[in-house]
Amino acid sequence: MIQLTNLHKSFGSQHVLNGLNLTIPDGQITAIIGPSGEGKSVLLRHIIGLMQPDSGQISVDGENIIGIRRSEMNRIREKFGMLFQNAALFDSMNVFENVAFPLQEKTTLSKTEIRTRVLSALEDVGLKNVEQKFTDELSGGMKKRVGLARALLLNPRIILFDEPTTGLDPIIKRAIHQLIRDTHAKFGFTAVIVSHEIPDIFEIAQNVAMLYQGEILQFGTADEIKNSTHPAVKQFISGSLDGPIQMI
Amino acid sequence: MLGMVQSIGRLTIIGLRDLGRIGWFLVYSLYMIVRRPGSPLQILKQIRFIGAKSLFVICLTAAFTGMVLGLQGYYTLTKFGSEGMLGAAVALSLIRELGPVLTALMVTGRAGSAITAEIGIMRITEQIDALETMALDPFKYLVTPKFIAAMLSLPLLCAIFDVVGIYGGWVVGVKLLGVNPGAYFYEMGKAVVWRDVYSGIAKSFSFGAIIAWIGCYKGYYAGHGAEGVSKATTESVVLTSVLILVWDYFLTSILL
Repeated sequence: MIQLTNLHKSFGSQHVLNGLNLTIPDGQITAIIGPSGEGKSVLLRHIIGLMQPDSGQISVDGENIIGIRRSEMNRIREKFGMLFQNAALFDSMNVFENVAFPLQEKTTLSKTEIRTRVLSALEDVGLKNVEQKFTDELSGGMKKRVGLARALLLNPRIILFDEPTTGLDPIIKRAIHQLIRDTHAKFGFTAVIVSHEIPDIFEIAQNVAMLYQGEILQFGTADEIKNSTHPAVKQFISGSLDGPIQMI
Repeated sequence: MLGMVQSIGRLTIIGLRDLGRIGWFLVYSLYMIVRRPGSPLQILKQIRFIGAKSLFVICLTAAFTGMVLGLQGYYTLTKFGSEGMLGAAVALSLIRELGPVLTALMVTGRAGSAITAEIGIMRITEQIDALETMALDPFKYLVTPKFIAAMLSLPLLCAIFDVVGIYGGWVVGVKLLGVNPGAYFYEMGKAVVWRDVYSGIAKSFSFGAIIAWIGCYKGYYAGHGAEGVSKATTESVVLTSVLILVWDYFLTSILL
């Protein structure tokens, strides 16, 4: 379980997280939705220790992750996988090397075993015969799938997805969502997805948290949030210009 | 008045923070060189990039530097009727001073800037974050191989610079201006002692560390977007060049 308590984070005079509280349940898919620039990705980076809050607590499986030593943080990070917004593939490596990299560095598997596992992981995300391609030869959707294969390879208990479908066409978008749902069903990891994909995200997430003005405005099951009567949540889901959220 | 004090205070805090960060970066890099130096293959790749690929530019610079030294040296020495000392003058200038410094400055322009750009692009495209999320230390993959490669390559490049430069001076002094070839090398052999060679090697070794240190540091903390990387690359070249010259002064005063 991931628990965030009274989290504050500011960049200069801009308060991005403002006393945020959230509990992410184990083994389920939790989506974090909210207007652009509200700090959803910042929140994700806090969960995996890429950013430190100004104040507040974050615990993963009951272990505090704030202000701990790098070696301790790395031990906790072993539980995580992360799919970045732009996949963050290593551009000096081809697809095979990208996916194999964590296995080569963190396991003692033989070359043959690594090859088998990489090809299997790529097949799991629907990619074949792309091992030798470099990342700049891949489409946006393929990059995300390679990133997902890399994130899944060490069987993490928790996977963080930072806008996994942004900038993709509707078919690829649906395919990625399907992939997340299927891999979650297969491996049973805890998933935290930052997404703008309304209403698609309600189809894959079991829980949804709405982030607005640095706080979790509402947290509930996908159905509860979909049928929320909270004016800001309702406005965001319907995409209406009228309501408490004023973007322009 | 209050605004000015606030600005000075803010700038002081930022300056101290940056100073602390750059110092920590060096200490942690040296610690990682001892603890986890990276794979030999990575180090070899970096030696190829920083060292082997700089050879052409180093040879070219060395040849013309030696030739200019030959011309200038001859002009000055003929005033005292001691043009026979040309070999010694060229060799001592190159081995003690110009070889290490010019090699370092050329490598800064060619490889130091590329190190910053490479790491900077990895920073802004979240590749460094990806390494961290895999519980892997980015220093092991990005920083220590470059440090080791630069510290090994610079003394070798400097040695090549010295040799090419000495022959550049020989071409001008002996072949064009008619200095006695025997005197050119005989006086050189008499004037240059091992201590001169060691001091050149020591300088090159430390310049290699400076190039890797600043190049990696500026890339690691590059700002946002293409502009951030561009700014980091420029700052890296300028800061490295200045540091090389300043450090050269202190080292010379110690090693003299």
